[in-house]
Order: sequence, then C-alpha cells, then structure tokens
Amino acid sequence: MRAFEYIAPTTVGEAVAALAGKGDRVRPLAGGTDLIVQLRCGLLDVDLVVDVKKISELNMVTYRPGEGLTIGAAVPCHRIVEHADIVRVYPGLVDAVGLIGGTAIKGRATMGGNLCNAAPSGDSIPAMIVLKANCTVVGPAGVRTVAVEHFCTGPGETVLGRGELLVSIHFPPPVANSGVCYLRFTPRHEMDIAVVGVGASVVLSADRPTISAARVAMGAVGPTPLYAEAAGAVLKGKAPSEESFAEAARLAQVAARPITDMRGTDAQRRHLVGVLTRRALRGAVERAKGGTANGR
Amino acid sequence: MAAKTRVSAKINGEQVEFLCEPRQSLLECLRDVLGLTGSKEGCNDGNCGACSVLLNGRVVNSCLVLGVEVHGQEVTTVEGLADWRGLHPLQQAFLDNAALQCGYCIPGILITSKALLDREPNPSEERIRTWLAGNLCRCTGYDKIVRAVQDAAVRLRQTGQEVNR
Repeated sequence: MRAFEYIAPTTVGEAVAALAGKGDRVRPLAGGTDLIVQLRCGLLDVDLVVDVKKISELNMVTYRPGEGLTIGAAVPCHRIVEHADIVRVYPGLVDAVGLIGGTAIKGRATMGGNLCNAAPSGDSIPAMIVLKANCTVVGPAGVRTVAVEHFCTGPGETVLGRGELLVSIHFPPPVANSGVCYLRFTPRHEMDIAVVGVGASVVLSADRPTISAARVAMGAVGPTPLYAEAAGAVLKGKAPSEESFAEAARLAQVAARPITDMRGTDAQRRHLVGVLTRRALRGAVERAKGGTANGR
Repeated sequence: MAAKTRVSAKINGEQVEFLCEPRQSLLECLRDVLGLTGSKEGCNDGNCGACSVLLNGRVVNSCLVLGVEVHGQEVTTVEGLADWRGLHPLQQAFLDNAALQCGYCIPGILITSKALLDREPNPSEERIRTWLAGNLCRCTGYDKIVRAVQDAAVRLRQTGQEVNR
C-alpha cells in the first residue's frame, strides 16, 4: 500500500475541513472493508485517510416511535442486525444488511460505506430506497438532505461533492399496515455479491383489501441501484394478488438495465428481476398483514 | 513514507505499545511488528478469514483494519486463547476431532468460533456454518470443523467453565 497520513477527528466540522482541504486525494474511513482493499490494490491513491468512527453523530443509532430511525454512517452492520428495535420495526432492512458479508465483515462494514462505495450490487441500497430513507450530508457549504434513490450516480460515483461527508441515514416511521422485504439471488448463500437484489415495500389500505402504495428497487441491474417507480405505482388501488405482482414484476423488468458479466447474463438477470420482484412483494404483503414471512 | 505513529493497545490481555505507519494493516502489525504470527495472511482482501482476530470482542478481518485504528482498543489473537490452565477447550476439541489438515485457516476459525460460543453456548449446526461462512478452509470440507465447534460447545457447557476467559 502507498503511504498516506491518518487522522481520526472527533467532530463533523473537523472531518469536513480535512476532507475539503485535500480534494480528490482524501477519503473518509468507516469500516474499511472496501476502502482498504481499494487502497491496497491501487484502485485508489490518497494522501490522507480520515477515520470517521470517533465522531459521535456517525456512530449513533436512534429509534423513536413516531420519529423513525437514524443510523450513523459509521455504524457497523452487526449493530444494525442485532438492534432489537430495528429487528422489530424495520425487518426489511435487516434482510438486506444481514446479507452483507460474513461475521467479520459485519463486524466492520457500514451501511454508510455501502452507500458511498456505490456498487450497483450494494445490498442495503434497494432496501433503503423502498424504506424512503434520506441521507444527511454535511459539507463546507452546510447541511443538505439527499434521498437514497438519488445518492448514487454511477458505479462508485455519488452526489457527494468536495469536502462533503455522509453523516447519517434517516428512515421515517413505518405507516400502519405496511411491510418491507429484500431478497437477492446469489450462487452461494453467504459471502457473495448479488446477481440481482430486489427490495419491495407495500402499504395496505386500512381495511386491507387493496394496496394503497408500493415501492420497488433493484440492485445489480444497472450502473446504480435503481428505483423502479412504475413497478410500485401500478400496484396502487390493486388487490395484493399474483396478477398484480406479475404486472409490477413486468414493469420492474422494463426498468432494469442489466449487463452480462462474470456473475450472470443480462437475460438471466432480467428473469431474476421478475422472480424476485414477485417474491419480495409477497414477503412485504405478509409483513404488512402482521406475519414475518420473507417471501421465500 | 509517512511518519510512524505510536499505538497503545491491549493485545491478548497485555498493554503494549508499538510503532507503525498508517498504511500498515493490523495483520502486518501483529505479525511483523509484534511477532504474533498466529494470525495468517490468506487473501489480504477480506474474503478468506485466515487473519480473523477479535477487536473489542468482535470478529474482524485484521487485514482490513489499519494498525493505527486499534489505539486504545482491545485485540485478541489465537495466541490469547490458551492460558495457564492449558489449551482453550476449542483448541482441544479441534485436536481431538482432527479438525485440521494444513492448519492455515485454523487460527481464524478458532477466533471466529470463540466469538460465537462467547455469545451462544448452544448454537445449531446451521448457525455454526453461517457464522463461519467468512472463514475458508480448502482441506477438510468443514464437517470436522463444525463437529469440533459443537464438541467444544458441549465441553464448555458441561464444565460450566467461564467461556469469556
């Protein structure tokens, strides 16, 4: 690894100043499971690494009924999947974060890093999109909020400008009769990267015969994780049936822009988008009805 | 070359100080600076688990941690498992079950298994296999490893021994 300097500031302000001062020759370090690999193999070359794990805002998990959930960008995955409130209130998020890496990776890797690394296959990102999560970003010009579906702009590319730091991710409280589910396809059950991942959220009407709102998002079928807005919109007012799920799945397939690579062909991925969209919608509806099924 | 930083950490229960460059991984610091060569370098990118250590009781890949990050923290390596009473029950169970061939992956597997048994005294086979999914072994095919962890869990429950020793 090429030499670099290391600092571990304790405030957002110090971190932003350090990041802004070095332009493209600096990176924030959270879990390091992507960054250290990229530095070691020469994909990245920096003069300064800013360890953000000592900043309290980036290390907090706060859940308040009625206000929702805020997860600091440097909170490791194990704290998310073991958090009793998150497991109970946001099981769709636990589906996704629980799939990231094995035990040792979950001990370090963060959802903030998953987002900032902006891999098209990042498992937590479709789940965050369907949960309507928003990012709090602080930079030299102040604070701004970015919806997760707008955060990634290309493979490894994000909306973050010079000196900007992702501080936390906020999830609104779930509305009544809603459910979320994330599923992915991989050849190996653990320690693998999604061939396709699909997240779905549904809100059932108060008396539950119809869907009043739905969202679908997909991973590994485009240059970024994709929000398939039409696939969710078509379900509004429909019964949660196999017919309506098939219609949503078809629209998700239309929105997908898969490529052929070492993990799968474009045709296989488009097929998987259909299968996983139907299953994820089934799982989300089960959860909305109060069950815990994950659609499998 | 960046200036070396002084790092103070508790390693295997002992407070130690060492000097390292920011670019040196915890694995390099353990092996090349501190002479603790039990943790192995396999892939050096977080896939194989041979370098697994406990950082404040949590399993991490020491190849994906910078040495400077452990300042003020606690690290446990395979060298920290045995004590004056002898081998840790996990180590004894691995020997008794012949759960190793070349042995290269075993320090990481022992450390990862210890973290599981510290939390869950009676894990299912599926739980053990899932927990160890980030630790690759190219010799045994895992069955003996899983049996050894189950055996160690039985021993630890029977003796009522304090697991987190």
